[in-house]
Amino acid sequence: MTAQIIPDTGTESLLELHFPARADRMVMVRDSVRSAARYCGFDEQTVQDIVLAVGEACQNAILHAYAGGADGSIVVAMLRGPEGLILRVTDFGQAIDPAAWKPRDLGELRPGGLGIHFIQELMDSADFAPAPGGVGNVLLMTKKRA
Amino acid sequence: MSQTIREESGKTVVELGGEIDLDRAPHVRRILLDCVARGRDLLVDLSQVSYIDSSGIASLVEALQSAGKGGTAFGLVAVSPQALRVFELARLDQVFTIHPDIDTALKAAG
Repeated sequence: MTAQIIPDTGTESLLELHFPARADRMVMVRDSVRSAARYCGFDEQTVQDIVLAVGEACQNAILHAYAGGADGSIVVAMLRGPEGLILRVTDFGQAIDPAAWKPRDLGELRPGGLGIHFIQELMDSADFAPAPGGVGNVLLMTKKRA
Repeated sequence: MSQTIREESGKTVVELGGEIDLDRAPHVRRILLDCVARGRDLLVDLSQVSYIDSSGIASLVEALQSAGKGGTAFGLVAVSPQALRVFELARLDQVFTIHPDIDTALKAAG
């Protein structure tokens, strides 16, 4: 998102982070997302929820779209709209079938596979789709103002 | 992230602190599996954990399962509100034994 204010939508860009798809960069990303969520006036519990959702989205990009390789990049964009926060996580890795983007059965006790469940529980909406052009994926999430 | 490991009343006590994410979870996994392999009951203090995500939870689940196979007890102690929120989201707060504090945990059987 290049414009500060997107015409006709009342949406304002808060931040856009471009960073290598590496696990050791996530602490910085979370710090920035945490600051932006606080800036929007969310209570501390919701701030933590937003940070976790973005963390899980980036983790999925690192582990699946890039399959653990360190060559890719991720873009996290945060926008403030009339109804709340809009978060967009974009990767440029392998396109993931949106049908595979679903939570697993929580009744099964096994390590891993909880990220999508967390995102869906914590956000008001989460829509995952391959990026236009067939390279990468976009996860669009919203969190309403309290 | 920080960690300390000690033996107390015949149990191994691991204190984890800070942020447990995809970067740190493999380290946590190694520590916990090594401790489980000692063959003693393991208590993991999460009171100083400020962030944990699905990868951190996965490390704890793996250690819990490893302890179960080895026949030793695995308990969490003084889980921070931030971490408890994530366990509840994962519906794992009823799967793990969670002790309110270390004294209670050390006195508990098993």
